[in-house]
Amino acid sequence: MAYSDKVIDHYENPRNVGAFDKEEQNVGTGMVGAPACGDVMRLQIKVNEQGVIEDARFKTYGCGSAIASSSLVTEWVKGKTLDEALAIKNADIAEELALPPVKIHCSVLAEDAIRAAIDDYRTKQGDDSSETDEGRKSA
Amino acid sequence: MSKTIYLDYSATTPVDPRVAEKMCRYLTAEYGLFGNPASRSHSFGWAAEEAVEEARQQVAALINADPKEIVWTSGATESDNLAIKGAAHFYAKKGKHLITLTTEHKAVLDTCRQLERDGFEVTYLDPRPDGLVDLDRLAAAIRPDTILVSIMHVNNEIGVIQDIDAIGQLTRSKGVLFHVDAAQSAGKVPIDVTTSQVDLMSFSAHKCYGPKGMGALYVRRKPRVRLEAQMHGGGHERGLRSGTLPVHQIVGMGEAFRLAREEMASENERVRSLRDRLLAGVSGIEEVYINGDMERRVPHNLNVSFNFVEGESLMMALKELAVSSGSACTSASLEPSYVLRALGRSDELAHSSIRFTIGRFTTETEVDRAIELIHEKIAKLRELSPLWEMFKEGIDLDNVKWAAH
Repeated sequence: MAYSDKVIDHYENPRNVGAFDKEEQNVGTGMVGAPACGDVMRLQIKVNEQGVIEDARFKTYGCGSAIASSSLVTEWVKGKTLDEALAIKNADIAEELALPPVKIHCSVLAEDAIRAAIDDYRTKQGDDSSETDEGRKSA
Repeated sequence: MSKTIYLDYSATTPVDPRVAEKMCRYLTAEYGLFGNPASRSHSFGWAAEEAVEEARQQVAALINADPKEIVWTSGATESDNLAIKGAAHFYAKKGKHLITLTTEHKAVLDTCRQLERDGFEVTYLDPRPDGLVDLDRLAAAIRPDTILVSIMHVNNEIGVIQDIDAIGQLTRSKGVLFHVDAAQSAGKVPIDVTTSQVDLMSFSAHKCYGPKGMGALYVRRKPRVRLEAQMHGGGHERGLRSGTLPVHQIVGMGEAFRLAREEMASENERVRSLRDRLLAGVSGIEEVYINGDMERRVPHNLNVSFNFVEGESLMMALKELAVSSGSACTSASLEPSYVLRALGRSDELAHSSIRFTIGRFTTETEVDRAIELIHEKIAKLRELSPLWEMFKEGIDLDNVKWAAH
């Protein structure tokens, strides 16, 4: 399969690889996917007192497009408020990385990871406005 | 020259320069060898026919068959189709049941599926976890209405060698035909149809340093095996496969099989030492699993799962190496290798598998470079893998509730 230059760039130079302490109050962790399906993404966000994502980290088990999608998302969520981050859609990710149709699920997973991380953060804050139950799975 | 190191000899092989050189003589007018072997009225036809029969003898010699038992086809896929559909339809009055393995090549599995649509019944047996057929289970699956058992000699993904002598004894004793897909074994494993009770055997030229688009089917004469032709026309190949013979392709397959017969023993030793060097080189990596039995295996195949690293991303990292993967992401179906799944490997390990196949032109330098790259890239990808981190923290991944998608 031929990859776009952007996928190759993110794959070869992944941004923000690593982990935050998931127990910290200002950290939200979202883990989506399953090993049996061939991809697992873990996205973590660090949120400041103004409700802005000031940093993000990821680790991904998956194909090149999955790694690139999660790497891209860590860049995009930084500096955004939680609601702004929630507005990132898989189509945006797929378009930015020029993912072929067979790889669209990688961008869907990346969007899910954002929701899961934000959900986890909001749950920690005792915020009932979290939209879904996804992402409560402990890493 | 490409800098990519080719370690995918089970996908295809380059044509041996000696083969290519011979083939070229049968294309242009220069040598007067371009004729149609079916032309009985002039020397062009006679020369072409002579070349075709010499090649038939060379292919037969590799498996100790009579040249009259060799039918030219366009490749192993066509041979599989002709053998399985041809026998099934010819012997349909005798019975409508066939047996094969779940780990067969798609050319066999899809042909069997088609026969099911035509009213036949097919039993698909799972092999043992080492990839080999369980003879007791095979014997138990044979019924009074079973007409054919089709089992590949060497598996294309994991390289395990089935005991075709033992299977042949069983099928012959039960009066059932035995077809063997030998696309991956010809030229790598000695084959002797006078001692193996095989009735039909499929061959491919391009897996053995011959040209693509060329194959053959061995059809036993004593006891005689009958087939219903699948391709109709001018009655070529004793009516079994019509169509003008592609002389240059046939000559190429003949020469490739002649070379295989002469050089197999020494080549196998050299290739095996390179494979073992590669195996030793990757064995030091943590959480590495070898897929398939290592004893009953062709010398050029190594199939490894690197746990916690996804196969396609590993192939992307190993872009200097031309290899293949059982990962779902490399197939259109998004399903991981059905062969590894049938061996009882988990989806995770199937997703993480890489097949290395070594061949005639592989060098020690290339193998050493491959080992170096694998170490470097596995470390890099595990650094990226949340599963590796969890494994290192002692978390049992089987007990994690995953959000399957």
